[in-house]
Amino acid sequence: MSLFITAGYPDLDSTVDLILGFDKNGADIIELGMPFSDPLADGPTIQYSSNVAISNGITMKRIFEIVREVRKTSEIPIILMGYINPIYKYGVNSFCNDAIESGVDGLIIPDTPPEESSIIAVEAKKAGLEMIYLVAPNTSDRRMQLVDDLSSGFVYCVSVTGVTGARSGDEVAHSVGKFIERVKTNVTKNPILVGFGIKNHEDAKRIAQKADGYIVGSALIETIRNHYPNKDWKVHVFNFVKKLKFGNL
Amino acid sequence: MYGGKFVPEILIPALEELEEAYHQVQSDPLFQKEYHDLLREYVGRPTKLTLANRLTDHYGRAKIYLKREDLCHTGAHKINNAIGQLLLAKRMGKSRIIAETGAGQHGVATATACAKFGFECVIYMGAEDMERQRLNVDRMRLLGAEVRSVESGSKTLKDATNEAIRDWVTNVENTFYIIGSVVGPHPYPMMTRNFHRVIGEETMEQLRYSEGELPDYLIACVGGGSNAIGFFYPFIENENVKMIGIEAAGLGADTDQTAATLSIGTPGILHGSMSYLLHNEEGQIQLAHSISAGLDYPGVGPEHSYLHDTKRVHYYGITDREAMDAVRLVSEKEGIIPAIETAHAFAYLEKLMPLTQRDEIVVVNCSGRGDKDMETISRWFHENQKL
Ligand SMILES: Cc1ncc(COP(=O)(O)O)c(C=O)c1O
Repeated sequence: MSLFITAGYPDLDSTVDLILGFDKNGADIIELGMPFSDPLADGPTIQYSSNVAISNGITMKRIFEIVREVRKTSEIPIILMGYINPIYKYGVNSFCNDAIESGVDGLIIPDTPPEESSIIAVEAKKAGLEMIYLVAPNTSDRRMQLVDDLSSGFVYCVSVTGVTGARSGDEVAHSVGKFIERVKTNVTKNPILVGFGIKNHEDAKRIAQKADGYIVGSALIETIRNHYPNKDWKVHVFNFVKKLKFGNL
Repeated sequence: MYGGKFVPEILIPALEELEEAYHQVQSDPLFQKEYHDLLREYVGRPTKLTLANRLTDHYGRAKIYLKREDLCHTGAHKINNAIGQLLLAKRMGKSRIIAETGAGQHGVATATACAKFGFECVIYMGAEDMERQRLNVDRMRLLGAEVRSVESGSKTLKDATNEAIRDWVTNVENTFYIIGSVVGPHPYPMMTRNFHRVIGEETMEQLRYSEGELPDYLIACVGGGSNAIGFFYPFIENENVKMIGIEAAGLGADTDQTAATLSIGTPGILHGSMSYLLHNEEGQIQLAHSISAGLDYPGVGPEHSYLHDTKRVHYYGITDREAMDAVRLVSEKEGIIPAIETAHAFAYLEKLMPLTQRDEIVVVNCSGRGDKDMETISRWFHENQKL
């Protein structure tokens, strides 16, 4: 189970606690979102969390501090996920070096497909970061093989054509089975993790039977949004995470 | 280095399909005939090249000509591209058209083309732009388009573009995205430029006829940069033709209320391509400002970034106030009420004309007419007690 949260959401200080709590409650990988003002592959939920995080004053330096802080007590793999412009502005080379130095394991950059990977792939590899590329339902077989070749760590399967958080779990379940089969025949080197539209334990279980793992983002952010800043909001969030993975205990 | 395809994986097959289809129609005489027939019989091309004699007398220097894109059907150059891309969509068997719009001119042009060919049409427009370009919203609706208000970010062109791309990602199978300027991922900037080249080609031909020579200066306003590149492109190889692209400086390029991307921006990646951008230290896109909705954009077409770096084109920022003064001057001297976007190009005459000679020729691309802006124009001059 991989969990996505936006760094600096709902506030700057909670991100470390959230990551550590996710680790304790069943997460295997953390995708830490680097907020961008114009996230064009994201639906309303992650647009919202990104805007809040930017208003909270999140910076790239602060994101690296968060990772460093987590690394004091946890070895959970951390993948930074975000758009290319903030990375480019930071300087691709310094970004990759600072990322690896702080304890980041890999990168997902949704607006940098293999065509444009030269902007960062060499530096990332030199620094020792995994590069994770995406496949979607309209990706051809041949292209899936290319993505498998270029990726390290895992391949990210976008389960529906759409933005993050867009569709309901049922819709995803119906269309996704065949797609995963096709991915599996073409992506042979890397594990495959399926994301987009997974909202509860039932969705997750269905995916877990077919793929190597699943990714939950918008549903987790929605849960935070529903409970923050009430007393015990983190307890509710961690319960949601536990239920995602293990169902009702 | 500029340009590229910085888009989500889902759009890659769509861009490849588009590239292939565009490549085919470029050498397809049937397509080219249909396109050029429409430009002639529906858009009203060739547009006139008008000698602006009173404006010329006003400055007493070089001769000033106006390329009259304001006379295109729907009132701006945008329809050259909208018609071209719509024909391509038809060729590709797409049934649904989406577009973003700032000033509403590209939205109106797209809605017009969709009405003419019977396509479903959805236009994304920032809430602030819907307010300041209300007349164009009603025009689009009258033409049968659905106008969706975009409430995110600055509620202007940048955010409308985000929303259009999200729609495209979601409905990529049946939807064609008609981008309104020379921005976006490859092949859009090239394709849109080529659909506007007719502006420069006609200008060259018309000037050869009336003056027997090439112009000395070309001036055009730059939002994303489509009217400017279409106007400049056929002249690019002629080193003696000086070209000036006019950006919107808003309240001033030294303030944070500006859209002067090339003057003060730095390279970055937005909306699928690398180009100059207005963004902060963290790479977050800054909110642009201009009184003109069509220039109120923190990016610019990648080819303009290249022409800026190579210094082939000189870019300059004109403020809201300078543009509005030009609206008045051109209205009074030439009987043409220009779009506020276009007025930015006219305002540069104040700087340029004193440096020109009587035997030189300046051509301003009159990209659109000001009818759509009458509410903003009225408010401005009433507030300044000049109407
Ligand atoms: C009349 C007019 N001129 C210029 C522009 C700016 O666009 P571009 O720079 O792509 O020509 C617009 C955009 O809406 C417009 O309506």
